[in-house]
Amino acid sequence: MITELGHFALILAFMVAVFQMIVPLVGAHRGNAAWMAVAEPAATTQFLLAAFSFAALTYAFVTSDFSLNLVVANSHTDKPLLYKITGVWGNHEGSLLLWVLILTLFGASAAWFGGNLPPTLKARVLAVQSSVAVAFFAFILFTSNPFLRLEFPPFDGQDLNPLLQDPGLAFHPPFLYLGYVGLSMAFSFAVAALIEGRVDAAWGRWVRPWTLAAWLFLTIGIGLGSWWAYYELGWGGFWFWDPVENASLMPWLIAAALLHSAIVVEKREAMKSWTILLAILAFGFSLIGTFIVRSGVLTSVHAFANDPERGVYILGILCFFMGGALLLFALRAGVMEAKGVFSTVSRETGLVVNNLLLAVSTFVVFIGTIWPLISEMFWDRTVSVGPPFFNMAFTPFVFGLAVALPIGAMLPWKRAKIGRALTALVPALVLAVALGLLAWAVYTGHSALSPIGVALSVWLVAGALTDLWSRTGRGDIAGRFGRLWRLPRADWGKTVAHAGVGITMFGVVALTGYQVEDIRVAQEGQPYRVGAYEIELLRVDENVRGPNYISTMGHVAVREADGREITVLRPERRIYPVAGMPTTEAGINNGFTRDVYVTLGDPQDNGGWAVRTWIKPFANWIWGGTIIMALGGLLSLSDRRYRVAAGAAKAQPEPRGVPAE
Amino acid sequence: MMCLSGWLARLWHGLRALPRAALAVVLVLGALAAVPAYAVQPDEVLDDPALEERARDISAGLRCVVCRNESIDESNATLARDLRLMVRERLVAGDSDAEVVSFIVDRYGEYVLLRPTLTGSNIALWVAPFLILLAGGGLALVYIRRRAASPAPTEAALSAEEQARLKDLMGD
Repeated sequence: MITELGHFALILAFMVAVFQMIVPLVGAHRGNAAWMAVAEPAATTQFLLAAFSFAALTYAFVTSDFSLNLVVANSHTDKPLLYKITGVWGNHEGSLLLWVLILTLFGASAAWFGGNLPPTLKARVLAVQSSVAVAFFAFILFTSNPFLRLEFPPFDGQDLNPLLQDPGLAFHPPFLYLGYVGLSMAFSFAVAALIEGRVDAAWGRWVRPWTLAAWLFLTIGIGLGSWWAYYELGWGGFWFWDPVENASLMPWLIAAALLHSAIVVEKREAMKSWTILLAILAFGFSLIGTFIVRSGVLTSVHAFANDPERGVYILGILCFFMGGALLLFALRAGVMEAKGVFSTVSRETGLVVNNLLLAVSTFVVFIGTIWPLISEMFWDRTVSVGPPFFNMAFTPFVFGLAVALPIGAMLPWKRAKIGRALTALVPALVLAVALGLLAWAVYTGHSALSPIGVALSVWLVAGALTDLWSRTGRGDIAGRFGRLWRLPRADWGKTVAHAGVGITMFGVVALTGYQVEDIRVAQEGQPYRVGAYEIELLRVDENVRGPNYISTMGHVAVREADGREITVLRPERRIYPVAGMPTTEAGINNGFTRDVYVTLGDPQDNGGWAVRTWIKPFANWIWGGTIIMALGGLLSLSDRRYRVAAGAAKAQPEPRGVPAE
Repeated sequence: MMCLSGWLARLWHGLRALPRAALAVVLVLGALAAVPAYAVQPDEVLDDPALEERARDISAGLRCVVCRNESIDESNATLARDLRLMVRERLVAGDSDAEVVSFIVDRYGEYVLLRPTLTGSNIALWVAPFLILLAGGGLALVYIRRRAASPAPTEAALSAEEQARLKDLMGD
């Protein structure tokens, strides 16, 4: 019964979405206030209906209602409750329902917090947002209905893919969707602005928090996915340049560019049409990502749903929204004249460079990802494009960005003297070069790229701190420290996020450049050295029973060189009998400066077990930096000047340090 | 429209044929085993560390044709193991890296190369990023120059009421 209600709510939500797509738009065109105002309750209703529908599906999973096809295919009574719940979005249909739930949540939030938007703009934003919802509701209802019943329900389900039964991956999709779908707000604002024919500083201010929020969630989502891949897949990598990973990286890069160009619109009323274009493309890349993941058009380790019919449908959605928005852009972009004038050396120029590099690096990822398709289609030539290509083609742009970032961030708006910014950055530069040289001297015989990478990451972090410090103005140290705490949160956010980029980069460089690997047949009770550590396989327990798996568990002691024990790791090989799938659980000792990462392999014919050990320097810094980046975004978002309802709540003017401008 | 659908049909057909073609290769070779092995195994590792390092580098650039999207260095598949052994065999026999790679490509086709060669249509792939950078850089330069040269704008674009509203929004 609840299932039918959920299904019915989904159909109702679809109809509300159709209504919300048309009426407010017509109202805005005719200047009919009542027709415009209808968008708000409609957005709320749409969200509540989608939420009910999602809750109904969750209920079916939690109660293991095996009359539902989807529950049978993705759940099992023995599964822990957490994974029964996360199983809701561990499949195509359910994840699509989560997608529309988030889409309607963003639409409703725009209605709730958009109190200070001009009524016509608000009506148009909500109508455009709803048009996206219409497309996805239709997609669910007509091709991927999660509420289909089975005539003869089986006694038990087929279990969720064991790889997905993991906390890291359980929460990776919701964050990723919050990011993907959050970019639909930027899209709706862009299209609404094109319909209005007006983009001004206020528009830049309105669109930024949404973009920032989307970027923030995307950062967390990608970070979680990468962390999961690191400890769950068992070969210790964190990024594979897989099409599905690239699908999330592209919107992230474009969102980062949009975030920065929207600042220029807001502060300086320049780069308007470019910003609109970015806002459209950012959502376009989200849709492309959805297409890649769900069509199975590109072979990926994350293959999700290989269904051409669904793929063609998403391609249709993509073509309609991108085609429509870009056509509108071509017709109306000329209306948006830029006003801000700036000299060649200025913050604006720095942000243009930022946008150029981010956009081109997105393009590199894009063309590398779809090249196998293009090649097959036009030349009938089957090729692969893998990590070696991306590492070669992507790295230069990252390095370029890293070189330019601290300098650009230090430049004042309008007109700047490059000498002044550089003088302030001399200590950062000296530190960066010194640590780069140190890395080069300590680890001889490695690629020359690694010390450069180390130097650049130090440059990023030190540059970010220099930037924050320079905001405190002149005077004695105590006074400057006092002012440091009173700086606007956006300034702190900027520094923290930029430092996070440096920290992640450092982790990536250290891990790829300096990790130590050991593959051997380990005999029980015979210690051996890996890097600076002593490793010993103590014993292996076979047939250890878990809630829904059987495990072969190794006990591996990790000791300092002097024999002091650090920990005993328990790498496992699990078999999930229901899904019939083996998985590897690595044993990891996390540390601030290194991870010791051990995986257990097969028993060998002449005794002993295959054991693979890595010492991964600064591995945690990769995700630590990601969290710091996200924290920076959160700080910026919490700045009272950027709050969506900034106009509604008038706070007392705060004492400030030297203003950011 | 007809053209598009035909194009799509061809696209799908081509792509969906890929895994099957790869699978056919495996079945013919009889290499598909039920129990997965475990990436690089201890018994595969060569005694000469320099040679082993070359083997690892080469394997990281070769795709496992039966897997989703993994190099033979990362893959658990039996076929990947066979390829890793083949790479090592050739290296021990004294082949150069390029010779080993072309040995594998001759048998399994260009599809196994994770780093596309700089030949024919692939040149476009390798050159495109730089062309885009040049084009984008040129446009950016023109834009910056023009902004620097343009006269100060008139402030009349916003009405007084809008200005007040804007000021309010900015929280200043």
